[in-house]
Amino acid sequence: MAQHEALPVGGPLMTRPFKLLLGFLFFWAILLIYRFAVGIGPVSGLSDGYPWGIWIAFDVVTGTALACGGYAVAILCYILNKGKYHPLVRPAILTSALGYSLAGLSIIIDVGRPWLIHRIPLRFHIWNHSSALLEVALCVMAYTGVLWLELAPAFLEKYKDSPKVGAMARAGLAFFDKAMIWIVAMGLLLPTMHQSSLGTVMLIAGWKLHPLWASPVIPLLFLISCVGMGYAVVVAESSLSSHVFRTEAESGMLTKLATPMAIVLGLFLLLRFADVLFRGEFGLMFSSGLLSLMFWLENLLMFWSIFLLSGHRRERFSNIASAALLMILSGALYRFDAYIVAYDPGPGWSYFPSLAEVLITLGIVVLEVAAYIVIVKTFPILTGRAPADH
Amino acid sequence: MSFDRRKLLKGFAAVGAGAAASALPAEASPPKPEVPPDAFGMLYDATRCIGCRACVTACKNANGLPGNLYDPPEDLSGDTKNIIKVYDHGKTDESYVKAQCMHCLDPACARACMIGALQKREFGIVTYDPERCIGCRYCQVACPYEIPKFQWDTPTPVIVKCELCHHRISKETGKPMPACCEVCPREAVISGDYRELLAEAERRIAENPERYWPAGSPKIYGKTDGGGTQVLYLAAVDFEKLGLPELGEAPAGYEAAEIQHTVYQGFIAPVALYGLLGAVLWKNRRSAEKKEEE
Repeated sequence: MAQHEALPVGGPLMTRPFKLLLGFLFFWAILLIYRFAVGIGPVSGLSDGYPWGIWIAFDVVTGTALACGGYAVAILCYILNKGKYHPLVRPAILTSALGYSLAGLSIIIDVGRPWLIHRIPLRFHIWNHSSALLEVALCVMAYTGVLWLELAPAFLEKYKDSPKVGAMARAGLAFFDKAMIWIVAMGLLLPTMHQSSLGTVMLIAGWKLHPLWASPVIPLLFLISCVGMGYAVVVAESSLSSHVFRTEAESGMLTKLATPMAIVLGLFLLLRFADVLFRGEFGLMFSSGLLSLMFWLENLLMFWSIFLLSGHRRERFSNIASAALLMILSGALYRFDAYIVAYDPGPGWSYFPSLAEVLITLGIVVLEVAAYIVIVKTFPILTGRAPADH
Repeated sequence: MSFDRRKLLKGFAAVGAGAAASALPAEASPPKPEVPPDAFGMLYDATRCIGCRACVTACKNANGLPGNLYDPPEDLSGDTKNIIKVYDHGKTDESYVKAQCMHCLDPACARACMIGALQKREFGIVTYDPERCIGCRYCQVACPYEIPKFQWDTPTPVIVKCELCHHRISKETGKPMPACCEVCPREAVISGDYRELLAEAERRIAENPERYWPAGSPKIYGKTDGGGTQVLYLAAVDFEKLGLPELGEAPAGYEAAEIQHTVYQGFIAPVALYGLLGAVLWKNRRSAEKKEEE
């Protein structure tokens, strides 16, 4: 399939925007040193009432959902056997691998005693099987590894003709060719497990979580919406990178993603409303003030997204890109609400992220962008050829 | 190109199989936790408390926590495990209230904790082991009474909460001696075997039924609330006003554990799903290879 061959983008690495990113990361590193020197309190808006803030709700919970592109595309490509989506796989896996790795870094920044974090996977004899968070932690750790394995052929391909390590690279490629379906199967199983459990995690909050979010189907809602967000990110990332690196646009293929996206969104909305009605919480959709507003905002964004994806509107790529952004926004909002806005520990507590907290989160995003640039310029990830002058 | 809707739905069902089980509403009555045979606890009677805070100081001394009576803490925190607070809304609607770990019969914090830093152990005391704690603060999210506190202002924080002075075991009785109960001048807070405390609370109600809330049939908070707690409360005002939430009889947040147990029982569902995924991938790959050969 020569027309689908992935190639390094190439071009100089040290461009002016890239230097700006590195400059920001320098100050970010200093901020991180400060965080580990003084503790979490002085750098964040967190408190005993709101023990989790944006480092968890955005960097980890929303971040890994946005990193579900690899998962969502793999469902299409490998399970539903739609080979035509194959060119989307590598860039999707790369963003997923980076997203999960950096979610891991965020967890190290967020927890109070990170020097003991290795005990979670290693002390298996004391694992608490009741803990939804344990399952999330183990799956996220394992899945991060699996994603890099799925991506390994891209790195090996670069060296397959090298005189020194070529033989090793070719042996590696042959191995992955055989083992890949079992790695991919793992890459499908693990997100199914932990993306749903990320919803279960908040159920333990009991009365502190508003009933519009505290539902027994929250695991399924988290799972469905992460698939939707996965497709949306693939659309957003692919159109952005083809624009920035001037590679061949995949808009034809992305247009075809409209159907699976719309189906996933429809499923989510159906379940979301059926659940609220079935549990008899109908009134809360209107009587909970700010939270009612957030509920409708989440769901109207999603209705709007479906509207753009339906009928003849989906034939225009700009509509699909807008629908993807709406989907991302709505899914992120749903997660923020479940973890922060709809979480109310009672009177006397409030949470708003501090400047340093926001900067630390921003640094995570910048690091991800910088790593993405380096990797696509050096390794065969993106399809299509960059113009010679770039 | 048209999209095969049926196939998509089928595939979705396959991938979502593991999580689908979680969609089943948690039915049946919630589990009723058992009282450990050696259950030890406390009884706090707000109607006897005069707010002297001797127990706050005694707790700090017994647990080596910083602070003194001249700069008293206002709430539980990273260096305060026990506190007396005041609820003051006029002469007929006022009360002191003590706050510390409730030592639940089925503690949400222990169900939440990843490798068991928080555990229900000897005497039914919910204990904390920093060697198993990574500081994730999930216990704070889980606790319905908001008892576990985190040390925010140090690079080496721990979780701080009452452990019923399980490090102060009496040589005579072989049981813990909570410092707060030792110093209370009015027996507003006493410690002892859980069953004896329950009987004592009932005796006090029988002796002075008009003294306690609600009028008519006074309530012992903790007898069944949140599945039951080993720390019991009596008061003259509504417990909710004193910061003790209305929880019902189910252990707090047990649905999460229920879902976790249902979906992952014996780890059968994940293994089955993995096999299924592998088989589908293998089949798809075979058919793709055949196509290429043609």
